[in-house]
Amino acid sequence: MHKPRMHLLASFDIARLQYLDEEGRATQALPDFATPDTLQSLYRQMTLARLVDDRAVKLQRTGQLGTYPSSLGQEAIGVGGGGALEKDDVYCPYYRETGALLERGVEIEEILAIWGGDERGQDYRHARQDLPLCIPIATQLLHAAGVAFALKYKREQLNEPNRVAVSCAGDGATSRGDFYEALNLAGVWRLPVVFVVNNNQWAISVPHAAQTASKTVAQKAIAAGIPGLQVDGNDVIAVRAAVADAVARARDGEGPTLIEATSYRLCDHTTADDAGRYQPPGEVEEAWRREPLSRLGNYLRGEGLWGDAQEEELQRELAEVMEKALRSYTERPRDRDTAMFDHLYAELPEAFVEQYQQLAGHQ
Amino acid sequence: MSQITLVEAVTLALAYEMQADPRVLVFGQDVGLNGGVFRATEGLQERFGRERVLDTPLAENMIAGIAVGMAAQGLRPVAEFQFMGFIYPGLDQILSHAARFRNRTRGRLSCPVVYRAPYGGGIHAPEHHSESTEALFAHIPGLRVVVPSSPARAYGLLLAAIRDPDPVIFLEPKRIYRAVRQEVPDSGEALPLDRCFRLREGADITLIAWGASLKETLAAAEQLAGEGIEAEVIDPATLKPLDIHAVIDSLEKTHRCLVVHEAARFCGLGAEIAAQINEYAFDLLDAPVQRVTGYDTVMPYYRLEDSYIPGVEQILAAVRETLDYPDGGRR
Repeated sequence: MHKPRMHLLASFDIARLQYLDEEGRATQALPDFATPDTLQSLYRQMTLARLVDDRAVKLQRTGQLGTYPSSLGQEAIGVGGGGALEKDDVYCPYYRETGALLERGVEIEEILAIWGGDERGQDYRHARQDLPLCIPIATQLLHAAGVAFALKYKREQLNEPNRVAVSCAGDGATSRGDFYEALNLAGVWRLPVVFVVNNNQWAISVPHAAQTASKTVAQKAIAAGIPGLQVDGNDVIAVRAAVADAVARARDGEGPTLIEATSYRLCDHTTADDAGRYQPPGEVEEAWRREPLSRLGNYLRGEGLWGDAQEEELQRELAEVMEKALRSYTERPRDRDTAMFDHLYAELPEAFVEQYQQLAGHQ
Repeated sequence: MSQITLVEAVTLALAYEMQADPRVLVFGQDVGLNGGVFRATEGLQERFGRERVLDTPLAENMIAGIAVGMAAQGLRPVAEFQFMGFIYPGLDQILSHAARFRNRTRGRLSCPVVYRAPYGGGIHAPEHHSESTEALFAHIPGLRVVVPSSPARAYGLLLAAIRDPDPVIFLEPKRIYRAVRQEVPDSGEALPLDRCFRLREGADITLIAWGASLKETLAAAEQLAGEGIEAEVIDPATLKPLDIHAVIDSLEKTHRCLVVHEAARFCGLGAEIAAQINEYAFDLLDAPVQRVTGYDTVMPYYRLEDSYIPGVEQILAAVRETLDYPDGGRR
């Protein structure tokens, strides 16, 4: 059969970034930010994220917390990404975000409160402009695009500071329209936003291969006309470098970026799930060899920047931090019933005052 | 000052508030150079620039979702959906986020967005272009649902909606977009939300209707007046939260009530109004609350839409039935 001749119109590449291999050996010269202090700090924050997740799961198992989504094995993505922003930038989280939230200054007791059934946890003491945890899949990516538009608009029209938005989603989220719509708009409007995808290989029980025929998530940026790259999501240095670079470009008016951070969900989807029903044991065992915390730890030890005494000291310090947060969480009295009305509208409409009073018990 | 139509009043209010408040911006499909398919944003891009009047890519869920992010950053987005029948992809963003942001963050962030959409039938449009699903939105906690029924109310209520610190679904009855002209001073004065408007005084029966249905309802009231029956006509305007007390005040006088809406009957706003009258004013009633509504069918293609939309004759018949109940039943 005759094949018509066509000419090549465009071609694309997808790059992958890695600084530390699975054993924690540097695969290339580290970026400038990777000073001993910064690396130790990243190690500390990942250790803290893992501890918070571990304790939160135990709290749920003992009836002291509601359903909780752990980030076990994905700490580098939250810590690396969340830490790459300036304080005044805006983070738009999804729900598996322990590391990023801690980086943004959200307090442990606030994270616990959210999953402990108390909206007051979303009223962050710090990070006042960051968006609340977002549960409906991928919807936060559109909020981030809207936030980014607002930041750009306020800078250009109202002389406000130069700020950017960063948002994160899981790999399952890349199947949703919101994901494509957000990328597409961010591209067309050249918005100062960075989209990070935590590709932990699982959307509850559905493996990534059943989510898309695409070889990478990063290449989904191509259709939106924006830069996309893949990073080793178990390498916190790579995540931090990629997000920081994308943030800097967004701040310079160069528009959005999609970053796929590949990792593995070494935990159940949430405490309401049992990953043993669907994750192949061999695969999980294999994934444990690539996990981010020991990888950075091995690097630091290899460089003489970390040792048993420091580890012991860190564990002791973080255990104290955790205990203090736990006390705050458990000792906080439950909100009053009428709180469900207090912020429904700026001012409670007259039409609902009777219901309010009924709930308050002085009908 | 000139006589303007309802759709021109929408444009006038948008322009006033864009001029007054640099945080206000308008976006949607074809709202820029084209001025909107109904011309509701005519001239705004020329006047306020492409930075504030933006044509978006074609994705309603995106329009709904970015408004949430913009509003969380303190802007006052006014998002246009081209027709009410195309809001539904954005329902997730409206229901799950816009309506909840303030509550979810315990007041830390809010969502002062206005979602505008032309709604209702009667313009011989294709399928999906004639929807009246206001009850879907009225059911959602945290939202306001506002429907203007005249140029003056479109102007004043839209200003109020944009200035309101919470999300508002602003449904514009497109059948009467250009039905009447009215003097509307460009004063920047908003009309109150959450308040009914009494459009006609009367002591014999209370007729409640909103949007385009008021056209037939007021015509029916006029005809009844010729027969010596004085109908009080109430336009709730804000369908949620509902100002039921204004309805009850009217019932103190009339003791009879009829609700007219174009939307399907089952779980329509008429059901809510009847239920609230039942709860608060049962003893005032001389007759059951009646409803004249669209049928519980899919809104038909346009050749049958006249048979779907409640007409003057149906309203008159229901009024007579109510007045005759039982055997006149007057106190």
